[in-house]
Amino acid sequence: MIKTDVVIIGAGPTGLFCAHQLGIIGLKCEIVDNLDKIGGQCIELYPDKPIYDIPAVPKCTGEELTNNLIEQIKPFNFNFHLSDRVQELKNENNKWLVKTLNGKEFETPNIVIAGGVGSFEPRKFPTKSAEKYDGKSVLYSIKDKTIFKDKSVVIFGGGDSALDWAIELSNSSKVTLVHRRDEFRGAPASVQKIKELSDNKTINLITKYSIKDVKGNGSLESVEIKSETGESKVIKADYVLGFFGLIMQLGPIAEWGLNLDKKTIPVNTENFETNKKGIFAIGDICTYPGKLKLILSGFHEGALAARGCFKYARPDEKYRFEFTTASSTIKDRLGVKE
Amino acid sequence: MAKIKYIEFNGTEHEADVANGLSVMEGAIQNDIPGIDADCGGGMSCATCHVYINDDEWFKKLPEKEMGEDDMLDQAFEPKPNSRLSCQLIVSDDLEGLTVHMPEKQV
Repeated sequence: MIKTDVVIIGAGPTGLFCAHQLGIIGLKCEIVDNLDKIGGQCIELYPDKPIYDIPAVPKCTGEELTNNLIEQIKPFNFNFHLSDRVQELKNENNKWLVKTLNGKEFETPNIVIAGGVGSFEPRKFPTKSAEKYDGKSVLYSIKDKTIFKDKSVVIFGGGDSALDWAIELSNSSKVTLVHRRDEFRGAPASVQKIKELSDNKTINLITKYSIKDVKGNGSLESVEIKSETGESKVIKADYVLGFFGLIMQLGPIAEWGLNLDKKTIPVNTENFETNKKGIFAIGDICTYPGKLKLILSGFHEGALAARGCFKYARPDEKYRFEFTTASSTIKDRLGVKE
Repeated sequence: MAKIKYIEFNGTEHEADVANGLSVMEGAIQNDIPGIDADCGGGMSCATCHVYINDDEWFKKLPEKEMGEDDMLDQAFEPKPNSRLSCQLIVSDDLEGLTVHMPEKQV
């Protein structure tokens, strides 16, 4: 059981800056994120795309923004719990007991949900029949590539994951790559390689087709694909892999008794607390009159939520507003030597 | 201003007068029309405002897809040749009478 002042759910820009604000006012926090890396949507959806509306930063990419935020909170040495997800919340004596999917437990008076639009999960095949084989022979990520040796593998998708795995597995498996159109969004060098492998018949490349059905009798035997014009083909398959990017699912957050407005959580704009005492929501996941889904709004929300957390974390102390330029206490916390 | 018709997967029809300059996605969100999620808020980074333009004439009449829209559509639920992201369809008088069909689901 880890005792802390605040558990932040989500390591995107909003969660990171909220952590900074907590550090500045002398609180500790633990940060949990479903992804295997820090940065949230910035790093997962647009690491290379320039952002032009961060105040005083004319232009930076999602990756640069993330790296700068990580740098900014370094002095506080907060713990990150990546590839993990907060699963359960329970209130006991005005404390929240938090359990994660990987079995970690926290005790905290405050939870800040900075969860964007929920956690990222792979998009799955639309075909119902694929569900039966999910996790066994229909896969959306690869943990152990040796299982594919000498097997027939049908890969769907046109991005880097699909192309990279098609190239990699073609060394030791019979690979078919299926994509819904002729163009690929993967890196040009990978696209070139795929075309070479297709030309010399190392892989079977089929474009303008999508999945129709998976078939088998206990174990997977084949996959049926359909063209835009309705023709279908059946391909022998021991494994079917789908790489269609990630979708965002609200997941367990929906089950914590919070008021919800579609996929967002209503908050008050004084401290961004939800209808549950000690649970705050900031960034894309919160809503209030006039809400803008901008990173800069998330920063503001995080700063106010941090002060909201202070009240419950230090009930006997009075929060005193200080500037980072002037306060020696804050400079100590930042480890700044003058 | 243009009257846009949104048809849910189950056939339920909605009509909205959408102001010029807004996207077809925003027209749905502001009028509480179900079937368009728009998780990313219009940044062309999520593919959850996916619609079909079933009328071929209309599909051809719409402004062409910009770079990146088809890449995002690869990641949509059941994309088809007549798929568009509704956040990229900006309303003008020219869109009067446009009908969009929603997929079975967005995520």
